Amino acid sequence: MSISVIGLIKAAVLNGTPLLFGTSGEILTEKSGNLNLGVEGLMFMGGAFGLLGAFSYGQIAGENAVGSVAIAIAFLMAFLAGVAGSLIFSFLTITLRANQNVTGLALTIFGTGVGQFVGELMRLKVGGNVTISNALKDAFANGVLPMALQKIPLVGPILFSYNVFVYIGLVMVLAMTYFFRRTRTGLALKAVGESPATADAAGISVTKYRYLATVIGGGISAVGGMVYTMTIAGSVWNHSGLAGEGWVAVALVIFCLWKPINSLWGSVLFGGLLILYLRLPLSFIPTQIYKVVPYIVTALVLIIVSMRQRKEDQPPAALGVNYFREER
Amino acid sequence: MEKKHAIEFRGITKRFGNVVANEDVNLYLDKGVIMSLLGENGSGKTTLMNMLSGIYFPDEGQILVDGKPVTIASPKDAFDNKIGMIHQHFKLIDVFTAAENIILGLKEKGTLDKKEISKRVKAISEKYGFDLDPDKKIYEMSVSEKQTVEIIKVLYRGADVLILDEPTAVLTPQETHKLFKVLRAMREDGKSVIIITHKLNEVMEISDVVAVLRKGRHIATVKTEETDEIQLTEMMVGRKVELNIGRTEPVNPVPRLTVAGLTVRNSEGINKLEDVGFIAYGGEILGIAGIAGSGQKELLEAVAGLRHISSGSIIYSPEGRNPEELVGKSPMEIKDAGVALAFVPEDRLGMGLVGGMGMTENMMLRSWNKGKGIFIDRKAPEELAEKVLDHLEVVTPSVDYPVRKLSGGNVQKVLVGREIASAPSVLMSAYAVRGLDINTSYIIYDLMSEQKKKGVAVIFVGEDLDVLLELCDKILVLCGGKVSGVVDARTTSKEEIGLLMTSLGGKEKK
Repeated sequence: MSISVIGLIKAAVLNGTPLLFGTSGEILTEKSGNLNLGVEGLMFMGGAFGLLGAFSYGQIAGENAVGSVAIAIAFLMAFLAGVAGSLIFSFLTITLRANQNVTGLALTIFGTGVGQFVGELMRLKVGGNVTISNALKDAFANGVLPMALQKIPLVGPILFSYNVFVYIGLVMVLAMTYFFRRTRTGLALKAVGESPATADAAGISVTKYRYLATVIGGGISAVGGMVYTMTIAGSVWNHSGLAGEGWVAVALVIFCLWKPINSLWGSVLFGGLLILYLRLPLSFIPTQIYKVVPYIVTALVLIIVSMRQRKEDQPPAALGVNYFREER
Repeated sequence: MEKKHAIEFRGITKRFGNVVANEDVNLYLDKGVIMSLLGENGSGKTTLMNMLSGIYFPDEGQILVDGKPVTIASPKDAFDNKIGMIHQHFKLIDVFTAAENIILGLKEKGTLDKKEISKRVKAISEKYGFDLDPDKKIYEMSVSEKQTVEIIKVLYRGADVLILDEPTAVLTPQETHKLFKVLRAMREDGKSVIIITHKLNEVMEISDVVAVLRKGRHIATVKTEETDEIQLTEMMVGRKVELNIGRTEPVNPVPRLTVAGLTVRNSEGINKLEDVGFIAYGGEILGIAGIAGSGQKELLEAVAGLRHISSGSIIYSPEGRNPEELVGKSPMEIKDAGVALAFVPEDRLGMGLVGGMGMTENMMLRSWNKGKGIFIDRKAPEELAEKVLDHLEVVTPSVDYPVRKLSGGNVQKVLVGREIASAPSVLMSAYAVRGLDINTSYIIYDLMSEQKKKGVAVIFVGEDLDVLLELCDKILVLCGGKVSGVVDARTTSKEEIGLLMTSLGGKEKK
């Protein structure tokens, strides 16, 4: 196998990882029946606050900064930013029963704005590029597995050479799959998304499940933004770098048919499609065409799925519908 | 010492805004007893039971279970008190299996052991004589199977009191028999059962006692063996009601609608109707029977021009004009030709009425293009609305009150009243009395009979076979989208129709 193919696979995995977080978080949210279109905003917030966390830690700790601590702080900051953003969404849609589409779009605008604000503010304070020390950058971007594994020919680069987020994402998705398939809580959450009235009658708190799923899902999505900023964007604030990631993640949710396990390969595929114009440039195809490929693939999947009409492949039946017990 | 009742209501009152749904209800139920809860629409039966199952909370009064006062604020509290309700609209999740639906929301220890759950579900099934595959998905099930899942769900939670909201509305006679057998097995087991129903013959057949509600108040509880249908109706309605549908012999029937070889496919290319043929005569009521989803809806929609017809013809022969082909005409043209469709969908509002609009505006949906110039004529629809309100005793604050907020029966009256008012020569109605109480149902039946006397060809899709047998002249039975048979309503039996409904031609499985 040639170097360039291995390179393409590696790049696809790396570029897919932010999508993996963004998508699996949104799957968790949508499984509860909440359609949060604010993923784009959440990822922006995650990216900005993640960088802010790592950057501040680097400033304070100086030479003594430890890579793993920086990663933990960035992770936590991004997650909390996502939690805060989706808490607004949850309050508006679950408690006040506002329209989910409108609220989601508003959250995108809000989150993008907050992200930009934090990012630009940091840049003004520093007076130039906001970035962290090279040692910390390496901690975010370099492979975490033992060298011996990474050195295995072919298998090493393709499977074992990635940064820590790839493996966290992998474990998280497997855990989520187990959660949905094997636990009572997972079953209850699916029930809430399929038919809140049924779940309610079975004694499941629709409000509690929707809040938790949306807030945790939002946190996970926001981590995706942080992963993008800290790895792909090279730990530098770039005000347009994240643009579009969230929307691709939302499209990917549909592509994955609302099953977390599908996001493993789906995110790699979409990650690959996103950078295809860099890796496989054909002069007669404009870059713009390359960039719409993920959306075209999603549309195709939607067409195929709606033609096949398999009940298991449909979105959660109550997706986008707010629940009010006494409504008739 | 007072005897302990399984369930007792003491002075229960529930209001929704200004509307009193239940007022000072005192009612009790003993163990090992099947009780029918009888009442007209809006008499507060379902509301009362919803308070027992934790959907609503009473404003005043006390509920006692086994002689102890309890607070039931949520469905979970109801389960804890061993009360389970089977709702009219099943609360099941389509993409889950029967077993998953049954254990949903239960806080049992350990991981989800699907094999163990299936085993326990099977054990319950066998005990009461159910027939259920625990690993079958809900969307693959028939209505009766879904109901079975609901009942087992309640039993699995250890319920001692079961409430069934109109359980037989969607079942065939054979399935109803099976259900009643199961209910009797539960009674033997010492469980209490409450059935909410409109069907008096079933009340007489299954229950030990009958409790009658009227306008939210408890009128009386009587032993079934000491009462009869006429007395019960009187208690329900509050006055004497004639329970006979005055069926007249058809006068001079002429073919009005001739359907031949009608085939209709749905969007997935599956035949919903296959080679359906029949003749509807003016001055006759043609009943259409069949298990839910056998193509009744598709048939009416095809005639009304709302569905694409793959093949076949529908010849309409109006009085004094030349016969014309309806296939290929737009719904508007068909309506103008005099074919009216009063379709009451499952959710009552889906087709035909706009929930947010008042009666007047809904009347206008049929006449919006009749006004002069660009302005619509409000006067005529308003008069029509007043007429329907008067004639059918629609309960509404005003003709401009949104129909969505009316009770189900009243919504149906508005819909049927409007269609009849357009003086059609073919009147099609589906489930016109679905969920209506006896009194209102008979008003609707009378309206149909009246139309028939005027020489209108009436096509009546119904669920209640007893009514079809009494009201119609002929009954067409559909089975899986095909005509299973056409029988004379005067000579056939419920059992014969039931067989035709379940097997084509009624031949197999005798």
